[in-house]
Amino acid sequence: MVNKDTLAVRCTGLTKTYGSGSSQVHALCGVNLEVHTGELMMLVGPSGSGKTTLISVIAGVLDRDGGECQVFGHDFKHMNSREKTQYRGKNIGFVFQMFNLIPSLTAAENVAVPLMINGVKRREATDRARDILSRVGLSDRTFSLPAELSGGQQQRVAIARAMLHGPKLIVCDEPTSALDHETGHKVMELLREVAVGADRAFIVVTHDARIFEFADRIAKMDDGHITSVENLRTDL
Amino acid sequence: MNFFALKMLVGNRAKYVGIIVGLTFASLLITQQSAIFLGLMTRTFGFLTDTALPDIWVMDPKVQYIDDLKPLKETESLRVRSVQGVAWAVPLYKGLLKARLPNGTFQSCNVVGLDDETLIGGPPKMLQGQLADLRGSDAIIIDIVGAKGKLARVLPDGRRIPMKIGDTMELNDHRAVVVGICQVQRTFQSQPVIYTTFSRATVFAPRERKLMSFVLVKAKPDQDIHALCQRIRRATGLAAYTRDEFKTLTIRYYMKYTGIPINFGTTVVLGFIVGVAIAGQTFYNFTLDNIRYFGTLKAMGASDFTLLRMILLQAATVGAIGYGLGVGVASALGLLTGSTELSFRLPWQLLLFSAIAVMLICAISSALSMWKVIRLEPAIVFKS
Repeated sequence: MVNKDTLAVRCTGLTKTYGSGSSQVHALCGVNLEVHTGELMMLVGPSGSGKTTLISVIAGVLDRDGGECQVFGHDFKHMNSREKTQYRGKNIGFVFQMFNLIPSLTAAENVAVPLMINGVKRREATDRARDILSRVGLSDRTFSLPAELSGGQQQRVAIARAMLHGPKLIVCDEPTSALDHETGHKVMELLREVAVGADRAFIVVTHDARIFEFADRIAKMDDGHITSVENLRTDL
Repeated sequence: MNFFALKMLVGNRAKYVGIIVGLTFASLLITQQSAIFLGLMTRTFGFLTDTALPDIWVMDPKVQYIDDLKPLKETESLRVRSVQGVAWAVPLYKGLLKARLPNGTFQSCNVVGLDDETLIGGPPKMLQGQLADLRGSDAIIIDIVGAKGKLARVLPDGRRIPMKIGDTMELNDHRAVVVGICQVQRTFQSQPVIYTTFSRATVFAPRERKLMSFVLVKAKPDQDIHALCQRIRRATGLAAYTRDEFKTLTIRYYMKYTGIPINFGTTVVLGFIVGVAIAGQTFYNFTLDNIRYFGTLKAMGASDFTLLRMILLQAATVGAIGYGLGVGVASALGLLTGSTELSFRLPWQLLLFSAIAVMLICAISSALSMWKVIRLEPAIVFKS
């Protein structure tokens, strides 16, 4: 359920430029965006439109050049590197296009990583990882290595990993682009079912039109600008 | 995260084995070549180690090392004896003489002539016979390695019959009878060692005006050895060194005037470079292979300190394994070649030296990786 009164992300006039001189690329040109808690916001647009740059800035893994960006009232600009890292570790979950599961760790160990980064003991972290893996339907694959899992299963492990430490914001970069249509659909159903919650915001970057139906709102980007924001839920 | 760091390390089998092989090879080269070098250097003063009783060695001031023999007049021992603080002073002959073996072949031998009365300066360990047997007619004592090796009789079928008590040889046309077999430290030249009395050695040796090589001196109890050396120098005009000083003088000569340190040093440096090149590059490649995962960990909130600790743990693990294997193989080679001419000495200081070298290789290797990870932008995780 979207909570219109609580802003998870508020970006105003965001700018980001890569390179300099003649090779300069304006990835973000004054982007304004608001994401509410409980909302699944999709950023869509052609390649090079600035979607990934925008979620990188929002997630605090990339510094912006100008503008404002607050995540649950916190601005990464006012944090030092250590504070940023700590904030990300506690409050932000990531789901990547290529899953980014560490190949030599089992599914449960991969899921346990964010908890261990936050200081939880390995045994406790892997126990909790097994619990959440059963929630995403992988209770029988907790000891499997990523190479032993299908693409859909790997993405489910990645979703479990992004959720385990209870982050307030989850950013997903093309979560279905490496999956076939049916598997992608299932992954998105799972995301909506287990990951989207009243106290959590979701931002999904995609250009896969087949999963647009799972969004609460869709922000279209082009050439570093948000060109339109479309509501897919009547209550928004 | 340490457990995961180790799992990441061993998960990439090819790189893991490659790094360990590189470090093992480096550790082996550094340890083994240094051990051979140390063994050779130890052999240079092997005779000094064997002759443990005297406190001071007196010799011609021009002598540069133990085998640099510049004979003295025999009366010099009397002059030394008269110096205050000297308990006793005895002559010692040392020279390289040709022995004619029963089968007619010649063999150069290190002949040591001991004071006739006291037999001071004799071999440290008698295996057969007694030192006092030297008082017999034409008596000599030979070392076991020489007896089994260069002095042994070779049969037509190639078998070697070791020289034994009762066998004879000719030393400069003088008959010599083996009355004992002793054990001594290997010498640098690896010649058989023959002990006899001083007077008999001067008979064996070609006629020269001066035949005494050294005067061996024992200080009276509670004497300051260095002060006594000074007094002997002042009183006789000869050089007087403590055993350790003479060892240092000998080593210094070999270090300065032979190519041994450069040859072995080059190999040791090569071992180090090979270690850095193979292990360092493989470890760096291993980090590059995992850079996406390090980036993922960084994005998920792992601090630089955590990531550096993971890399250091990985480097320390492969370093410890590579070092252990290298030193183990070097020690095994040392044991296997213990009974051969190959010199090999592996004291704990050398193990420490190798450990430091391997640590340095790991430090250089991991420094490159750490630099890469510290500079890593976590935004890399969103690049496909």
